[in-house]
Amino acid sequence: MIRRLDAFLPLIGVVGLLAIWSLVTSRQWVDPVLLPSPAETFKAFWKGMDGGALGFDFVKTVYRTTMATAIAAVIAIPLGILLGSSERLYRSLEFVIDFFRSTPASAMFPLFLVLFGVGDETKISVAAFGAILVILFNVAYGVMNARKTRLLAAKVMGASRLRVLFDVMLRESLPQTFVGLRNGVSLALVIIVVAEMFIGSQDGLGHSVFEAQQLFDMPRMYAAIAAAGALGYGLNLLFLTIERRYVHWSGK
Amino acid sequence: MDATSDTFVSSPTDFPSTPPVGGAGKRPHVTIRGLSKRFGKTVIYDDFDLDIPRGELISVFGPNGCGKSTLINMIAGLIPIDAGRILFDGMLLSEIKFGYVFQNYREALFPWMRAFDNIAYPLKLMKVPAAERKARTEALVERLGVKIDLNLYPYHMSGGQQQLVSIMRSLVVEPEILFLDEPFSALDYEMTLFMREQLQKLFIESGTTMVLVSHDLEEAVYLADRVLLLSRHPARVADFMPVGVPRPRGDETLSDPEFVRLKAHCLEVFQREVRRG
Repeated sequence: MIRRLDAFLPLIGVVGLLAIWSLVTSRQWVDPVLLPSPAETFKAFWKGMDGGALGFDFVKTVYRTTMATAIAAVIAIPLGILLGSSERLYRSLEFVIDFFRSTPASAMFPLFLVLFGVGDETKISVAAFGAILVILFNVAYGVMNARKTRLLAAKVMGASRLRVLFDVMLRESLPQTFVGLRNGVSLALVIIVVAEMFIGSQDGLGHSVFEAQQLFDMPRMYAAIAAAGALGYGLNLLFLTIERRYVHWSGK
Repeated sequence: MDATSDTFVSSPTDFPSTPPVGGAGKRPHVTIRGLSKRFGKTVIYDDFDLDIPRGELISVFGPNGCGKSTLINMIAGLIPIDAGRILFDGMLLSEIKFGYVFQNYREALFPWMRAFDNIAYPLKLMKVPAAERKARTEALVERLGVKIDLNLYPYHMSGGQQQLVSIMRSLVVEPEILFLDEPFSALDYEMTLFMREQLQKLFIESGTTMVLVSHDLEEAVYLADRVLLLSRHPARVADFMPVGVPRPRGDETLSDPEFVRLKAHCLEVFQREVRRG
């Protein structure tokens, strides 16, 4: 009986948070201008998402993040496989990859502004740049760390080098590739939201948060933050679901 | 493997003229001549000769680090040899069908494939059409009388079942020779006993020449037609002892006086070789 309720355990945190939030606002422990009640926030969220500006901004951010991640994946996955299949090649580029992976992508905004102007291209390409390095690094390591026995097993059965690459190395690298994709999409979202706040954006969740703050429309601001949070969580969940479905052997 | 291919062209006249080494009259299946291998400064094999008779199960046993696994890995082409030649009925490794079973079944099987597809995979490499792959795999399962659910993924199977799948994968191509590198040493004792019976059944059923590396003397003698006892490195043949105990062997074999005598003999040779080092 108790076990059957285990599925509802995650709800306890949510209910707890909402309860504390309601308590804090109803007792006015915090200035209501700074922290609106959950009801007000939810109303703003609903109004915004139901045909309002927030929904439009949400879709914009989803579009940009998806584009950035897709571009990054298309570039980074083949490149990671190539680098990973030759450890010497990877070692010779390791420093460059690690250096740029450690460089905050936000520091690249001015450069990309010069290159692409203030449009969508800049936001998407900076986010893609950040995501590429994360995905590349993970894919290459996934390929490099393919179990030696498994590669030998394929070789001993008479698999050609190309066969070993496609039948074994690629499959072996998939769990690590998904780690890269999940990290990549999270990073892309962070960069997109920051870019929407500060580099001449007219829309997107980052713009929505920033504008609401400027107008002191606190319920709208919290609603936009919640939307960004939901988006980040949803993207992560999406990739986890795909991974569980197609990389069922991961971690086993 | 490449070392032999440019120095040797296989034809009947090139068949080694030296008398069989240890193989007791039977036409040898594998002939090894002048095999040399070193790892760094350590000489593992130096001008090593051996004949492996056809259709027998050979257990390789010897002191730790003497190069038991290295021997079958060199024969199976997993490790390059420094010098010498290894021929299979006068042919090169690349010209024959062989199977290899790894100790680490967990890493040797492909977890993204169901057990059935794992077994059929070597046929795919041989470009056998899908329908025939399925038929041949089913025929193998039928013939061996294996009763496990092959629709499972390997990670849902017990260690013994995984190793059984692994062995079946190596048998599906109908190999002329099968190499097994300590196939049961990662299994618990109960499973090991079960798997010994399975392997003996497969051997009697298929008659394939098998070379088994074992670190368990009882297992080595129990399964073998002939036990190859190696010395410390550089490895020499300390003894190549026939095991005349009739098959099928069972629990009663373990207390059979002849079996006990042979096992004691092996132990004596082994102890002598260990002390020598």
